[in-house]
Amino acid sequence: MPLSLQQVEHIAELAKLALTDEEKERYRLQLSAILEYADMLQRLDLDGVPPMSHAVALTNITRPDEPAASSPRDEILANTPDHKDGLIRVRPILE
Amino acid sequence: MSAHALTIHEAGELLRAGDLSSAELTRAILERIHRLDPRVRAYLRVVPEAALAQAEQADAHLARWRREGGALPPRLLGIPLAIKDILCTRGIPTTCGSRILENFVPPYDATAVERLKAQGAVVLGKTNTDEFAMGSSTENSAYFTTRNPWDLSRVPGGSSGGSAAAVAADMALGALGSDTGGSVRQPAGLCGVVGLKPTYGRVSRWGLVAFASSLDQIGPIAKDVRDCAILLQAIAGHDPRDSTSVDAPVPDYLAALEGGIRGLRVGVPREYFVEGVQAGVADAVRAALRVLEGLGATLVEVSLPHTEYALPAYYLIAPAEASANLARYDGVKYGLSVRESADVWDMIRRTRGQGFGPEVKRRIMLGTYALSAGYYDAYYLRAQKTRTLIRQDFDRAFQQVDVLACPVSPTVAFPIGERAEDPLQMYLSDVFTLACSLAGVCGISVPCGFADGLPVGLQIIGNVFDEPTVLRVAYAYEQATDWHTRKPKLDEEV
Repeated sequence: MPLSLQQVEHIAELAKLALTDEEKERYRLQLSAILEYADMLQRLDLDGVPPMSHAVALTNITRPDEPAASSPRDEILANTPDHKDGLIRVRPILE
Repeated sequence: MSAHALTIHEAGELLRAGDLSSAELTRAILERIHRLDPRVRAYLRVVPEAALAQAEQADAHLARWRREGGALPPRLLGIPLAIKDILCTRGIPTTCGSRILENFVPPYDATAVERLKAQGAVVLGKTNTDEFAMGSSTENSAYFTTRNPWDLSRVPGGSSGGSAAAVAADMALGALGSDTGGSVRQPAGLCGVVGLKPTYGRVSRWGLVAFASSLDQIGPIAKDVRDCAILLQAIAGHDPRDSTSVDAPVPDYLAALEGGIRGLRVGVPREYFVEGVQAGVADAVRAALRVLEGLGATLVEVSLPHTEYALPAYYLIAPAEASANLARYDGVKYGLSVRESADVWDMIRRTRGQGFGPEVKRRIMLGTYALSAGYYDAYYLRAQKTRTLIRQDFDRAFQQVDVLACPVSPTVAFPIGERAEDPLQMYLSDVFTLACSLAGVCGISVPCGFADGLPVGLQIIGNVFDEPTVLRVAYAYEQATDWHTRKPKLDEEV
């Protein structure tokens, strides 16, 4: 079943993407086509099959919690859109 | 032979003998880039001054070694290499082919880059890629499309198309790419060079900008199999900074090349020899299988029954992981930030809306949907279970055979623009590389002939951590053929 415009807008909001009306319509059609193709997975009997998350099973990778040198602060700040007094500035989150 | 046409191992011998300096070699390559890259467009950025400075340091090291002796210099000392622009390079902008990172200058090197530099390799610059490695042609780069050196009207493949084109056009002696669903093997195949996707966990992903973290692997692109082994040797191995990098000993990949393949069992998966494969591609791959047989290998027909489900599973899993990984681009810490906005959420939405290109937005949308409440079980979880079945296909096959051999891509390089408007059509170019990625096993592409004058790649897939056998088969094949010595005719067109 093709996606509705409301579904596309809901996904865009979850993904925090500003989309134009034209983009919304294009993605509605393209995602519907891709999902229709992906429906072939519904044919498989997957009862009792465990999901695979990684190719090589590793568990509990830990390291000693020791202080170590980090990237230089000025190089980090040089990449920020806005900073002041060594801190990254953002728009107010609570007004 | 001109310096630019040398392989890494040939150049290394000349450098150690003192018959060539790294500065001469690097200058020759930079001149070639200057002359040819305006037409091929493999590089997003070239760093000539830094490259020449590294070359001079390498020459000083080599001169000292010739004078005073001591340990043999590292194999990559003074060798000019290209790096896909999705690997962080300290002080050199790293854009991932995206507008959202246009001004991002990493404060650190990726571990793989650091390891090349530790050997004294020369970094020439950063190569073009589909945006965040999402694509099969470089057409999704926000900057420009790279051309296939064999036919400038065609794509080089992708997403590591810049790296593959640079190596094919002798504009680098070797390169690093990254492979999530085929992004090293497919462009290597389409450009007629060698490209290896290592086993998941073999190479540290630290400093590789994340696309789909359970699939991403860095891999070498080279002019021949020996060079590919040299590059893999340099970058493989455990790294405490990547918790998914595996702490297992790294074999001697160069020693692994020797010994031939007599008695080796080569599996031919029937699902990879089906309708839809271009006739010339199928012919070239079948001829390659006969060469392997002639070298003493036994061909065994095998079945990987869940092959057809790799594509839908991949295009749910990879976008799902991408949608989570790309949540970090919020206009706060680095990259594009649209400041003309009502509030912080508006700023984030607009930054992402303007900063990401169409394919990246499409995959974020698809992945967000596949993970969203009510659809997680039907899509993402189902895809992860399918992934288990695909891995079991390989596990069963590797009980019968040592490696698998099949095409890399169903067609040769396609014309620029041909598949750009139809995402599903584009996704189909990865149909033979996705299963290997989902299973986490290793695979290589080696040149095995031409169809319609364009290169065809033979894919050799090996079990987890069995790069030695994959390289040995690839090397044996290469020594028996001369496809890897063919070069595109770029000079004559100038």
